[in-house]
Amino acid sequence: MSRFDYHRPNSIDDATRLRGQHEDSLFLAGGQTLLPTIKQGLAAPSDLIDLGRLDDLRGINVSAETLTIGAMTRHAEVAASAEARKAIPALAHLAGLIGDPQVRNTGTLGGSLANSDPAADYPAAVIALGATIHTDKRSIAAEDYFLDLFETALEPGELIVKVEFPIPKRAAYAKFPNPASRYAIVGVMVAETKDGIRVGVTGAGPCAFRCTPIEEALAKDFSAEAVKGVAIDHSRFNSDLHASAEYRGALVGVMAGRAVSATG
Amino acid sequence: MNVTLTVNGSHHAVDVPADTLLVDLLRTELGLTGTHVGCDTSQCGSCTVIKDGVSVKSCTVLAAQAEGASITTIEGLGSADDLHPMQAAFRECHALQCGFCTPGMIMAAVDLVRSAKANGAALDERSVREGLEGNFCRCTGYHNIVRAVLSAAAQMEATS
Ligand SMILES: Cc1cc2nc3c(=O)[nH]c(=O)nc-3n(C[C@H](O)[C@H](O)[C@H](O)COP(=O)(O)OP(=O)(O)OC[C@H]3O[C@@H](n4cnc5c(N)ncnc54)[C@H](O)[C@@H]3O)c2cc1C
Ligand code: FES
Ligand code: FES
Repeated sequence: MSRFDYHRPNSIDDATRLRGQHEDSLFLAGGQTLLPTIKQGLAAPSDLIDLGRLDDLRGINVSAETLTIGAMTRHAEVAASAEARKAIPALAHLAGLIGDPQVRNTGTLGGSLANSDPAADYPAAVIALGATIHTDKRSIAAEDYFLDLFETALEPGELIVKVEFPIPKRAAYAKFPNPASRYAIVGVMVAETKDGIRVGVTGAGPCAFRCTPIEEALAKDFSAEAVKGVAIDHSRFNSDLHASAEYRGALVGVMAGRAVSATG
Repeated sequence: MNVTLTVNGSHHAVDVPADTLLVDLLRTELGLTGTHVGCDTSQCGSCTVIKDGVSVKSCTVLAAQAEGASITTIEGLGSADDLHPMQAAFRECHALQCGFCTPGMIMAAVDLVRSAKANGAALDERSVREGLEGNFCRCTGYHNIVRAVLSAAAQMEATS
């Protein structure tokens, strides 16, 4: 007896229809989060709807102003993509830091964003670059997307189709990884965009967020020095056996400084 | 449900429950017990196989997701009489002790050499250590594994 039924739709329409028909179903992307979660008994979907055959959700496209990545594009594909490395090297670098090679060969951008683990890497880039998340129903701006711990603006059954990243003038990502899991204890992306300096932080809080005090300091003086001593409010930061909230607060500044230095 | 796939060059059609993991299809249905299960929580990499050209943790892939796929396991890499250069280098460099992690380690290492080549990157000690981040070994301390991978990489480069 199987714990769930399995479906392999061939079109986005079929996938969302199946998802609608089965109330307790879930989409399956790379499975790198969902399958371990099911094994641990933390999720018990009645049906899995495998997005693996939806070629419309795959691929990397670059235009003069944006880099668009399909939801089912694997982390390793982004890390190795010549287009991504040329358009937004910081994003390709970030993708190459996720987990380990096997996880990168399997896990997807859409799965990472739908899951919104507080320690996931991509959310920092979505926030810092001001990306737009396109679903089967609408487009969601980065600032409106991450709501809380494992909570996003996605409605039940809403499917991420692709993510559009505006190409920044320059950007860099610095991550302090948990040495065992490789997830970010704190990760910071600093970007100089056409709307000014944007700083996206992951790992520190319940979900990724923009760090205004550091953005303001960098707008005045874009240097690693300028970030030193910027006060970070850590009152809502995560505290666990890996790092206290206060330590994560300190790491935000340190990682931001490293990211600034890495923008060259 | 029915799953058809190619494993080590042979075509197979099996009927398994929908929640069957790829590793269980390989070990239980096909009797290919060279692929090990160490943690069953996606951490240790001992279940690593090559799926459609890239390394994956077969404890974290459904058999159903491998429909139509081509899988290579340690049994398909080389034989006792004709070891793959990576297997030969692991033996030569004393890169295993209990051997539990070894099949997954070797599959991950083979994929590491492939991806380094595809990306035009030369492997060195650091990139091998980083490239094997998904594979744990509780015996060797990794030192001889890194030596074996570098030695095999040079060998594979020379003969390709
Ligand atoms: C050992 C290990 C280490 C890891 N280290 C890191 C790390 O360092 N950094 C990091 O960021 N991540 C890390 N991860 C997580 C990894 O990046 C996952 O791949 C990712 O979080 C989920 O992507 P997935 O494609 O595997 O999604 P799945 O596991 O298939 O799905 C995750 C969730 O998203 C939903 N979903 C998937 N696709 C869509 C879609 N298109 N639209 C709507 N909902 C969707 C699913 O229903 C499910 O609820 C690690 C994972 C492992 C196992
Ligand atoms: S058994 Fe698959 S990663 Fe450990
Ligand atoms: S040789 Fe024993 S775990 Fe690696």
